[in-house]
Amino acid sequence: MLKLDAVSRVFPGGQQALAGITLDIAEGEIVAMVGGSGCGKTTLLRLISGLDQPSAGDILVDGRTIDGPNEKVGLIFQEPRLLPWLSVAENIGFSLHHLSKAERQEKVERALLRVGLGGYGARWPRQLSGGQAQRVSIARALIAQPKVLLLDEPFSALDAFTRAALHEHLIALWEAEQPTLLLVTHDVEEAAILADRVIVMQPHPGRIFAELTVDLPRPRDRLDDRLHDVKRRILKALDGSLNDAQSTSSQNDAAAFWW
Amino acid sequence: MPATPDPASLQPRPGLRFAGAALGLVLPLLLALGLELAVRFGVMEGRLTPPPSKIITTLSGLVASGEWFSHAFATLKRVAFGFGIGASLGILIGALSGAMLLVRRLIDPAIQALRAVPSIAWVPLFILWFGIFETSKITLIAVGVFFPVYLGVLGAVLAVDRKIIEVGRVFRLSRFDLARRIMLPATLPALVISLRAGLGLGWMFVVAAEIMGASEGLGFLLIDGQQVGRPDLIIAAIFSFALLGFLTDWLLDHATRPLLVWRDDLSSSEGA
Repeated sequence: MLKLDAVSRVFPGGQQALAGITLDIAEGEIVAMVGGSGCGKTTLLRLISGLDQPSAGDILVDGRTIDGPNEKVGLIFQEPRLLPWLSVAENIGFSLHHLSKAERQEKVERALLRVGLGGYGARWPRQLSGGQAQRVSIARALIAQPKVLLLDEPFSALDAFTRAALHEHLIALWEAEQPTLLLVTHDVEEAAILADRVIVMQPHPGRIFAELTVDLPRPRDRLDDRLHDVKRRILKALDGSLNDAQSTSSQNDAAAFWW
Repeated sequence: MPATPDPASLQPRPGLRFAGAALGLVLPLLLALGLELAVRFGVMEGRLTPPPSKIITTLSGLVASGEWFSHAFATLKRVAFGFGIGASLGILIGALSGAMLLVRRLIDPAIQALRAVPSIAWVPLFILWFGIFETSKITLIAVGVFFPVYLGVLGAVLAVDRKIIEVGRVFRLSRFDLARRIMLPATLPALVISLRAGLGLGWMFVVAAEIMGASEGLGFLLIDGQQVGRPDLIIAAIFSFALLGFLTDWLLDHATRPLLVWRDDLSSSEGA
């Protein structure tokens, strides 16, 4: 349902950020992308969301090419990016401007309850904690009912407890609507606990190094041995991706790595 | 949360705050009292340095005869028209110039060059073009107001966070909606500041315009006081300018505050 066909992206400066990414994600699937910095994870999400255009290759959602921001694709940024001049409720209802006020209010109210922020609608964004703000931004993206939801390291700035709570929130929200989730992260545990499939990326230029299937039932227990197995497999693949990248680049520009 | 101290205890006590404000009045009051006593006991002659009581008498005389109101109204009207025209053009052209690179390349250099001209230098030309009555005065004020507003709006539009604009793009806002729902609120705090700067210049230029030649207005009182040798009249007019300038700025500030309560900066904390 989300299909990437040999997608490449060259930055205006000439640097190749992504090379030949081919990926097929099924409806309702949760896919996590892990990889060191500079392997083009965020770039890829920006292409799928339509904020940027690929230099080559095609991105298709339900068989239709993405050539700009699309109602079927939602994006949750690394930072909450709430609009400071709108209340929490107005932020969540930002995409519902075409609806009547009553309809909008009802939907927003329901969305607030679903992310566990009932009664917070009248607050300003500046009055929220980091975890609350990120939940508002998740609610804002989900309320538009996208078929594909892209998450760009959405929990990376939060503490471990808040992050664990938000993982549960996210899974609960996903179970309600079953959108396709594509999550970029550098947290191996996050990938293991959330994803059906983990894609390990490799830098310079960004490409897919390995794919792992996580065949564990939900809800997943952080202390489960099988989950630790998954984490180990991901870490091993990550190691491989970095070593491989280093050995190929060490011949020509080893000096670039001295620091 | 039990660890949070009571917010009221973080504020200075009202009595202390009042005392702090009163402290600033001590010096001007002492000076005024000193001048009053010096004239009263014959230490100073007082013809060129009128004591406070003389100024108050002059001012209340002007108010009682209704003269003050007609002068103040004439001046306020000029400022209102000049500010209205200058600020509207500043906002419009500043926003266009900020939003469209082509427009900016086309007109910004010319505007910056014109901005380098001291606005008073236009007076002779405006008098030739627009005559000696209201048009030339209002034009001068509008020119004075235009530049700070234009500069402020242009800077604010260019400074809008790209990350916030991307939120609008992800939700597929049209160009118009992007301007209305993202750019306008994001630039509002800077817009208010530039309007206040513009208003200040408006008051400056109305004095210049009225000194150049007017038959009514507070600026006319300044010149009148000089020509008939009445410093008390001049100081009464200066006081009136200070009062009206302060009041209009206060009004602008407070009228726009409800639009800006969302801000998360020093302005939103009490006592700032």
